[in-house]
Amino acid sequence: MTNTERNEKYLAYVEKKSPKASWVKSLLHAFLVGGAICVFGQMIGDILKNIFPLMDINMVSAWSSASVIFITVITTGFGVFDKLARFAGAGTVIPITGFANSIASCAIEFKQEGLIFGLGAKMFYVAGPVIVNGVTYSMIVGLIYLLISIL
Amino acid sequence: MGEALLMYLKVFIVGGLICMIGQIIIVRTKFTTARILVLFLMIGAVLGGFNIYGYLVEFAGAGATIPITGFGNALARGAILGGLTDGFFGALAGGLLSVSLGISVSIGLSYCVALLSHSKTKKE
Amino acid sequence: MSKKIGSQTYKLNNNVVIIGNAATVGSKEGAGPLKKYFKYIESDDLMGETSFEKAERKMMELTIERALKSCGLTEKKLDLLIGGDLLNQLVTINYSARDLSVPFLGIYGACSTMSESLAIGSMLLDGGYGDYIACVTGSHFSTAERQYRNPLEFGNQRQTYSQWTVTGMGCSILSNQGNGPHITKVTMGKVTDWGVKDIANMGAAMAPAAMSTLTAFFKDTKTRPEDYDLIISGDLGKLGSDILKDLMQKEKYPLGQNYVDCGHMIYSNEQKAFQGGSGAGCSASVFNSYIITKIKEGVFKKVLFMATGALMNTTLNQQGESIPAIAHLVMVER
Repeated sequence: MTNTERNEKYLAYVEKKSPKASWVKSLLHAFLVGGAICVFGQMIGDILKNIFPLMDINMVSAWSSASVIFITVITTGFGVFDKLARFAGAGTVIPITGFANSIASCAIEFKQEGLIFGLGAKMFYVAGPVIVNGVTYSMIVGLIYLLISIL
Repeated sequence: MGEALLMYLKVFIVGGLICMIGQIIIVRTKFTTARILVLFLMIGAVLGGFNIYGYLVEFAGAGATIPITGFGNALARGAILGGLTDGFFGALAGGLLSVSLGISVSIGLSYCVALLSHSKTKKE
Repeated sequence: MSKKIGSQTYKLNNNVVIIGNAATVGSKEGAGPLKKYFKYIESDDLMGETSFEKAERKMMELTIERALKSCGLTEKKLDLLIGGDLLNQLVTINYSARDLSVPFLGIYGACSTMSESLAIGSMLLDGGYGDYIACVTGSHFSTAERQYRNPLEFGNQRQTYSQWTVTGMGCSILSNQGNGPHITKVTMGKVTDWGVKDIANMGAAMAPAAMSTLTAFFKDTKTRPEDYDLIISGDLGKLGSDILKDLMQKEKYPLGQNYVDCGHMIYSNEQKAFQGGSGAGCSASVFNSYIITKIKEGVFKKVLFMATGALMNTTLNQQGESIPAIAHLVMVER
């Protein structure tokens, strides 16, 4: 048996032997917390629409996302967000809370290395790929649509 | 009243479902959090590029905009609409502009919070 | 005349004794199943310092001091300090050694460092190179998370096959005179890599290395697992030790009830450490408390202590590389 074959067999064996998370419960947790966070965002949006009936719809959703981000960063600072995240899994990763928590937790963690090289440089350690990929793709899509509309 | 309740139900279910799909991926694959974030972002962005995600937003409001897929969609729509209104500038900058509030708040608030707090010891 | 027996094992002819030892652990470990064996339990993971790295260093310095005290030695009598830690460039031990005026050798074996340092230290004493050697290593949960995984406040769910890095230190003082458990044989491990890429599944990455070293020992010494009172691995964890048992079964050296794992022992199920403890501090703290105590009490007379290390680098792992591992073994007798 070559090393590659041995490794393949071993990895298949490990996969079978590794315990899997209690599936169904974690799906439920993710569903409930994720849904609740979205409901909260919807509530903020509705309150804003009540106070500012002429606000642009994109502005409303930007502000409701910003509110969720605000709460995420504060709770991360108090050391409580990660407790909810342990319970909720994707329920806190998928909403904008995951993005915000990754930025806040990196900022808090790397502050020790100073404000410039630590906090400043490593704030986007996890969230960086999100912005890089998102912005690059948006530019491509924007240009494509622009060119199509010109032609 | 009943209409509002129905809307909130849709928000809850759609938001919850998107998260549940994310949870399935977390449990069944070795994807790290960063990878999942990018995956869902790009799904939202691509669906936004083809003008499909907007229907979900109409249907489920925050249930579609709060998940990171909504962030991706906002990026794509921002660039497309930016291109139509402001030409080249709008096409290139429109995406980032549309999510700029969220990013600014994330950065500025994290900076302030980081100055005031430090990582806590974990017990489990 | 060569002291080598077989392919990887060395028989020590002269008296190599563990004359002193100390282990310091954090509050989670101090609340676990082995708490009555841990003489020094620190309730504050920050140890009153401003960073977890400084806390880890303080814990190591205190442990060396405590080990020296346990055999009435001062650092001046030490011929050599040998050891390592998990952090980049071995900062914990380098900075700890800075304050001791002892000749120092820093080694990196990841979580296998305890047995690696014991192996090298005892071979040096056996060869007549000095009279007193201190072997030390350890780890800290918060510094390891920071370096190898995620920021502490990061909201992720732990995988059920993952382990918890132990906050703990262990130091053994070796000598060629005096009383205490003897180190009689040493097996140097080979780097083994069976393709595991998941940094959350260290147990699976390290089990083949443990199998490789253990089988080499049995073949070299022409003995079998039943011949020993205790065979203890460093931090394979529950999953890793189950895998090792399967692998050893296939090699025709099945492990029985006399096989345990430090990682599996250090936490209880209620402490939510999933597969158990890991980190250099896991084997170091358990060895320098529970194991040595039991050997002195006469409960275990012939022990095989084998710490296992995953030689992981996050950059290379992100580049798609798998995780190589190594295991070193020392035989300790009453």
